[in-house]
Formats: sequence, C-alpha cells, structure tokens
Amino acid sequence: MSEFFAMGGYGGYVWAAYAVFFVVLAIDAVAPVWQRRRALRELGTRLKRQAARNSP
Amino acid sequence: MNPLVLWFHKLGSPPYFYTFAGRLLPWLYAVALLGSVIGLYGGLVVAPSDYQQGDSFRMIYVHVPCAWMSLFAYLFMAANGFIALVWRIKLSETLAMAAAPVGAAFTLITLVSGSLWGKPMWGTWWTWDARLTSELVLLFLFIGVIGLYHAIEDTRQAARAAAFLALIGVVNLPIVHYSVIWWNTLHQGQTVSLMGNSKISGSMLWPLLTLAAATHVYFFASVLARSRAMLLSLESGKDWVRALARGETMGREGAAHV
Repeated sequence: MSEFFAMGGYGGYVWAAYAVFFVVLAIDAVAPVWQRRRALRELGTRLKRQAARNSP
Repeated sequence: MNPLVLWFHKLGSPPYFYTFAGRLLPWLYAVALLGSVIGLYGGLVVAPSDYQQGDSFRMIYVHVPCAWMSLFAYLFMAANGFIALVWRIKLSETLAMAAAPVGAAFTLITLVSGSLWGKPMWGTWWTWDARLTSELVLLFLFIGVIGLYHAIEDTRQAARAAAFLALIGVVNLPIVHYSVIWWNTLHQGQTVSLMGNSKISGSMLWPLLTLAAATHVYFFASVLARSRAMLLSLESGKDWVRALARGETMGREGAAHV
C-alpha cells in the first residue's frame, strides 16, 4: 500500500496533480449551487418587502 | 414542424430549460462521478508504469483530459457566443458565459498538473515552450471573457461584448493544437489520435478515454447548473422566477411543481 502512495518516488508530484484536479472541480461544482440559492433568496426577500409595502 | 426541431425551440425558452436542466443534472453528475472513479482506478492501479517515466506518467490522467476540455470548453463558448451575436438568443448568451469559468478551471488544472510533471521530468516548473505559452494565453482569454462580462452593468450587453472577445480568441485554438507540430520545442507531440493509430498501449489508453468522457459529461453538468443560476437573475422580473423565489422564502413546497 505504501508502495502505491510512493508512486515510485514521484508520489508528491502525482498526488499534488490529483489534489488540484479535485479541489478546483469541487469549487466549480459548488459555485452554481450557491449562486442559485442566493439569487432566489435575494428575490424572495425583495418580493416580501414589496408585498408588505403594498398591503395597507 | 419536425418534433425534434419543435422541442429544440421549446428548449430555448428559459422556464422550460430551467426545469429540463434541473431534471437532467443529477444524472449527469452521477455519470461523471462513476466515469471518474472507473477511469482513476484504471489509471492509478491497473495501468502499468511507463518504461521511461515510471509512475510520474500517471498524472496524464488528469492533465490530458483537462487539456482536451480546455479547448472543447472554449469552442463551446465561442460557438454559443456566435449564435448569441447573430441570432440574439438569450439562452446562447447564458450558455456561453456559463462555459467560461468551467473552461478556466480546466485550463488552470492543465497548467498546474503539467507544471507538476515538468519539475521531475524536465527539471523545471515552467518554460516558454509554444504549447505551454499558448495554453497560458487560453487561460487569459477565459479570464478576459469573465472579466468583461462582469465589468458591464447591463447583463445582455455584457454577454454580447464578452462573446465578441471570445470569438476573436478562437485564433488561439489552432495555435494550441498545432503548437507541438509547428514549433519543435520541449512539450511532447500528440500521442492519442482520433483517426489513425495512437502511440500508447491499450491498458494505458482506456482509463484516459474513460476520464475524457467523464470530464465532458461533467462540463455539461456544470454549464447547465451555472446557466440555471444565471437565468434566475436574468429573468428575475418574470412570473416563473417570482413563483420560485416565493416558494424559496416560504419553504420548499411551493417550488416543487415548477
């Protein structure tokens, strides 16, 4: 198993490349989830405020 | 009208696209994840060591699929930008602008993983080789498109200006692709080819092709997810988005049927 992680002495380089791959794509995958939630939340509170202003 | 053409027209409507993409997304993410796991197992465990590079060659399983994706993402962005400029289709503007950050992410991974291989194999993190330089220019083009899009207040004008920049940048794509043929410098030539023989053993090739397929599926998933979020902001005055937003603030039940 340790032989697998050592990657014939290139472990640091190989695993760093894979880490970059996963970290960058994880950020890319989460970003639209946040954007969608924020857009809906912002519009929702705006509509609520408008409704409160218009009701007597 | 032909039912396929009719469906394609329907897909151009933002509320229909939003629902359709939302249904498709979980499947795309699942396929991309499954493909990555199979491809990574093949690349890291099953494939033998290279006779010259030992195990350092295994970083190609992230480097090469991401490099292909960087070009594919740019082409996708430019094609949608072209449609947006000529026919002014709102969804094409959105798709083009949604592809830019995903393409930038893939280009960044390509550059960093290449650098991490270059250090032990070439003895340097970076060199101004034609392939490396043109790929760096590709990253700057993506960043330029993203920056221009966010610099202009009116979203639709911003998308058209950024699409124009994306179209000009297409000139860089053949430079990236043919750089290893036109200039004989450090970066190695093409090993895998669609037509003709690939100069790589099958046990090393299949994980690479599996990962290439998985990253393509992931690209479309990410673009669709980003487009959905962008359409909500673009169409915030429309009834379908207002209904969704009201559902969001009052609890999730209201949004379920849209």
